[in-house]
Amino acid sequence: MPTSTSKYRYVTCDATKCVGCQLCEYICSYAKTGEFNTYRSRIRTVRAQEILVTAVTCRTCEDAPCVIACPRDSLTQDALTGIIHIDAGRCDGCTWCIEACDFGAISINPGTKLAEICDQCEDLEEGPQCVKWCPKEALELTTPDQRAQEARRKLAIQEVIGAR
Amino acid sequence: MYGYSGKILHIDLTNRKTWVEQKPEEWYKIYIGGISMAARLCWENIEVGCDPLSPGNPICIANGVFAGTPVPVGGKWGLACKSPLTGFMGDSLSGSWFTIALKRAGWDGIVIHGASPDWVYVLIDDDRVEFRSATRLLGMNTFETEEAIREEMNDDQVRSATIGVAGEKQVLFANVTNDGRQAGRTGHGAVWGSKKVKAVAVRGTQGIRVADPETLLKLSFNIVDAAQGPHTQKYRILGTVSNVLNMNRLGLLPTRNYQQGVFEHAELISGEHLHDHHHVKTLACAQCPIGCEQMSRAVTGPYVGAMSGIEYESLYAVSSNCGIGEMEAAIKAIDICDKGGMDTMSAGVTISWAMETFERGIFTKEDFKCKKYPEGFDANFGSNEALVTLAEMIRDREGIGDLLALGTRKASAKVDEERGTETYKWAMNIKGLECPGYDARALKTFAVGLATGTRGACHNRSAAYDPDIQGEVNRFTVDDTRGRVARESEEYAAVYDTLPLCKFIRRCFTGKADRAGAWPSIAQLVNATTGWNLGYDDIDLMGERAHTIKKAFNIREGWTRADDHLPYRWMNEALKEGASAGYMVTSEELEYMKDLYYEAKGWTKEGLIPKEKLIALGMPDIAEEIGV
Repeated sequence: MPTSTSKYRYVTCDATKCVGCQLCEYICSYAKTGEFNTYRSRIRTVRAQEILVTAVTCRTCEDAPCVIACPRDSLTQDALTGIIHIDAGRCDGCTWCIEACDFGAISINPGTKLAEICDQCEDLEEGPQCVKWCPKEALELTTPDQRAQEARRKLAIQEVIGAR
Repeated sequence: MYGYSGKILHIDLTNRKTWVEQKPEEWYKIYIGGISMAARLCWENIEVGCDPLSPGNPICIANGVFAGTPVPVGGKWGLACKSPLTGFMGDSLSGSWFTIALKRAGWDGIVIHGASPDWVYVLIDDDRVEFRSATRLLGMNTFETEEAIREEMNDDQVRSATIGVAGEKQVLFANVTNDGRQAGRTGHGAVWGSKKVKAVAVRGTQGIRVADPETLLKLSFNIVDAAQGPHTQKYRILGTVSNVLNMNRLGLLPTRNYQQGVFEHAELISGEHLHDHHHVKTLACAQCPIGCEQMSRAVTGPYVGAMSGIEYESLYAVSSNCGIGEMEAAIKAIDICDKGGMDTMSAGVTISWAMETFERGIFTKEDFKCKKYPEGFDANFGSNEALVTLAEMIRDREGIGDLLALGTRKASAKVDEERGTETYKWAMNIKGLECPGYDARALKTFAVGLATGTRGACHNRSAAYDPDIQGEVNRFTVDDTRGRVARESEEYAAVYDTLPLCKFIRRCFTGKADRAGAWPSIAQLVNATTGWNLGYDDIDLMGERAHTIKKAFNIREGWTRADDHLPYRWMNEALKEGASAGYMVTSEELEYMKDLYYEAKGWTKEGLIPKEKLIALGMPDIAEEIGV
């Protein structure tokens, strides 16, 4: 399993909390396209097996492979936030970025035939709408380091008091 | 039109043809969606009086108003046909992504006519329809079938409703499965099997347009929020299986084929036990913020590894009702039913009928010969292996499974005719549909609700156990309010089944499960979606209309007052122990309550619907055909 080594924040999903309801996809598609269409969501829920559900979106990798892969230099990474920006004027929908992404986070807009990716709703003050809506608080805007700290904390609690 | 496309897709399997039917907005305002619209499509398209397993019985599928929007628990669809179990309206609901894909493909509903000469699955790819060979899918279970179609289409967004082996073999209580949820009761799987339709697969890529998305989002967000609170706690933490100990305490937990209402091993099959020892994951249906499906796994013994979502109505049927006090065996039996695509409730109650018939010496070991046990086996209550083996035999129609696949009514009639016995006395069904997990002998309002139910013994359609159990009425006795109460609870439930919204959200509007709290909020949701201007009364009317169309269907198929009955046992044998000991429903009580109920509905004494009533409900064509 490839892992992002990012120092940047990204939307992560706690698979133990996710129930696979797909509300994140509705909200994402509405926030980005103005219509309810999970096909157009930039966060995707995955049901790999009967009980394996989670949601995946852009992990804002450092030295993002999608940016490197783009033959037309239409992808750039914000140095401060790590968010990938796609220049619609340059993108020609060649899909090399999609192939380069280990997380399946990039998709092609069926209308414009151009690449689309999660931008963490950076234009909205309240941040990512999927995080706001997730009924199970499974989605979080976080960094790998924050995740590691939480994991250590959980482990400590578990070892000391045997709590789940 | 917002919220609807205005288009119904007709698919003719016999001639491999399709056509599009445009429906006016006025039609949608009457029939809305879900079971109501599915039942109406069935009314319009069935060959009246046909054999349910003949080409004249259409598969009718209807989306809901809210499918594909963020409205919580609105991702449900209705399925209707003439039921091979009951011979009357068979209507089922399921939560799933199938309906959302269908709505995004631009269809409000589908009617599938005729029968295919070869096994097919129907692919609906937006507005394109394809009949694809299903030969290689035969024998696959419901999950495998969905996966295989996704692989074939190379698209993980393709959603399918499928049948399992039980449907292929036309087990009369086979069901239709999508994304691990079932349109469970009344035998739709058998009808699909009779048409050689293994699955309906959909890819929908269009967005859903609603009238006022900002308002809809705001309203929805508040409900999502409320759905994380105390009003849904029961469902989120333990799930519906939390009922086991409650029903046992009330003396209403069906035990050993409804011979008892108290089970000595109830603790071992309780929701609490399931949660502590078997729970692996909680899942939700499409667009549901509650998440009630408790995926559970058998962890020790011969059935280790069996896994399924465990609901109360599945659990009582295969555990206490079969005298089984071991969760492992129950999980295995439910897993067999879910993967094989058959109704756990009817399967469990049919198996318990066979067990009682065995214990009474009518069936012998000989009758239970099969490949696994060539000498046969003892089918006593409490035998894990008998339960599990019988579930497999029914699914495959092997040996006695071929008889049990007919359900309790037809199986008992056949045995009684062949052997001169009276096994019908413990065949626990109403109109041919097996009874649910509440013993109605000490739930008098529920008893009349079940007896008059249009699809037979169904707890989802008559919600009248609620006023009984909550103490709004005296559950042990009969009085002149029961007709009204039964009517109100059934129409209350029908509103949810029509939109459809899952009933588990019912307390999230104002905290109370009543009309006053929910209807105004639901009206706002419908209006924001469709642009209509509905109020409290319009929502209330949805329930009556939905119920009326199904009743009208039954009348046209030959229903008479005598069809509103209860199982022999509930009317002749009182419960013997526990909090409901001493109670049964007498013939006088039932007939009295039926009178009250028909009167409350505004029907004749014979239970027929007056013409004026149907015209007032906006159904003049139905009035013409069956009104009196």
